[in-house]
Amino acid sequence: MAMRFSTIVRHIREGFKNVGRNGWMTFASMSSISVSLFILGIFMLLALNVNKLADQLDNQVQINVYLQVDTQTQKAEEIERLIKRIPEVKSVTYIPKAEGLQRFRESMGEEGKEALDGYDKENNPLPDAFEVEAFDPQKIGYIAKQIEALNLTDPDKSISKVKYGKDTIEKLFSITNAVRNIGLVIVLGLAVMAMFLISTTIKMTIIARRREISIMKLVGATNSFIRWPFFIEGAIIGFFGSLISATILLVGYSQLVHTTSATIGLYMIQFATVDEVTGMVGGSVMILGTLLGIFGSTISVRRYLRV
Amino acid sequence: MIEMHDIWKTYADGTTALQGVNLVIDRNEFVYVVGPSGAGKSTFMKLIYREEVPTKGQISVNGFNIGKLKHRKIPFVRRNIGVIFQDYRLLPKLTAFENVAFAMEVIETPRRLIRKRTMEVLELVGLKHKAGSLPAQLSGGEQQRIAIARAIVNNPSVIVADEPTGNLDPETSWGIMNLLEEINFRGTTIVMATHNKEIVNTMRKRVIAIENGSIVRDQQRGEYGYEI
Ligand SMILES: Nc1ncnc2c1ncn2[C@@H]1O[C@H](COP(=O)(O)OP(=O)(O)O)[C@@H](O)[C@H]1O
Ligand SMILES: [Mg+2]
Repeated sequence: MAMRFSTIVRHIREGFKNVGRNGWMTFASMSSISVSLFILGIFMLLALNVNKLADQLDNQVQINVYLQVDTQTQKAEEIERLIKRIPEVKSVTYIPKAEGLQRFRESMGEEGKEALDGYDKENNPLPDAFEVEAFDPQKIGYIAKQIEALNLTDPDKSISKVKYGKDTIEKLFSITNAVRNIGLVIVLGLAVMAMFLISTTIKMTIIARRREISIMKLVGATNSFIRWPFFIEGAIIGFFGSLISATILLVGYSQLVHTTSATIGLYMIQFATVDEVTGMVGGSVMILGTLLGIFGSTISVRRYLRV
Repeated sequence: MIEMHDIWKTYADGTTALQGVNLVIDRNEFVYVVGPSGAGKSTFMKLIYREEVPTKGQISVNGFNIGKLKHRKIPFVRRNIGVIFQDYRLLPKLTAFENVAFAMEVIETPRRLIRKRTMEVLELVGLKHKAGSLPAQLSGGEQQRIAIARAIVNNPSVIVADEPTGNLDPETSWGIMNLLEEINFRGTTIVMATHNKEIVNTMRKRVIAIENGSIVRDQQRGEYGYEI
């Protein structure tokens, strides 16, 4: 049965009236929605930026293939050919052990020089290596497996190790996963509290309006007609509560992005842009908040509105 | 239009309020329900407007078997029954007009019809000039008139009145009775519980006496029959 426009207007008006009725409880439940969604928003921003960072790393990923230290040059060249034959591989660069040592020295800086002093051409602990690039960074894992599989047909098992950037990314992910799980528990706890507060608020409104409700029932108002204003009350609390936290989150985040890129703007860390997070974080905070409000009121309507 | 077959009502606490009530009330009758306090009069009325359901027996109102009515359908049966109480039950923050219009609004009557019909019934109960007053600004009799206006505004076929003059002085009570008689005259069935001996004895309508949950007397053009 389609609802008359004037009926919709009435429900919304009554919903707002309900909100105004018990100010302090409404304030408390709005605040609790705000706080829980604010924390959720922080975790979402964190996750978005970690993803972004992972993407950036992804684009730089390459596979490092290390051979056994005693592998002959001829054998190394054969392996290089075999790797090149994998269709997904874009390029293979051969890094002889001497160059590897040289690079290692450079990366260690001044302090490392001494430590590596004892090593030279004749006494090089490093193996020969290849740097493999893929056409599609997503395929890195697959290519790495293909390369590892080359050992299966090689009696010498010349490939000692296949390493790729995913290791770093995965480490990053495992840390953020832990953080996210803890965050989720906190957010869930707060959300339950927010819902409880909302349902208490709605319960108080129902009690305050019980006279009206009994008259509505008496003259034959339908159950859904009686319930609607309370759902709307819950939705209003949820909507405005989450609007507050979405606003603080987005304004705060854009400030953070601005000031941080001003100080370390030269470095390669790129934040997710404000535009990118507005829809994602702002949108889900708002939707979630409104839903929480509606759920909270549903609990009370079920329990206290015997219609 | 109201039929009860072997109606029993036992409340959750074990109190039996009605035991084996049988009766038929026809369209357009005016019926007084009399009896001592605690006899079961209010319970009898509540069964009619489906505030309570019988523990046993069948009750039909306007052809609906309302003891077995689906919850979803209750509102639509109620729209055909107007209820009036001793304590008026007006909403204190709404004006007389708004209190009456409220009953039309909540059953989703188109707005343009509400104003016209509300003024019409306010005129019928003689309080058109008090449309803008709050209940607190009205006398008891006036408040009861507003409650009556609210009960009839949706054109119910039955009015159930539980001691409507219980809080009013004799003169005001007579005003209310004349109004109810007028409404009955216009085609509405009226079932009214009362303790008012003078009214019952003067109006001479059908009288149903309930004692201890049973009908002990059912008399056309009857008398009150108690010395209270
Ligand atoms: N909701 C209820 N729960 C338990 N007992 C009730 C309830 N309502 C009425 N009663 C009991 O049922 C009996 C009839 O009450 P009622 O119908 O109100 O009588 P009357 O209106 O004639 O005074 C009384 O004993 C009363 O205490
Ligand atoms: Mg009673």
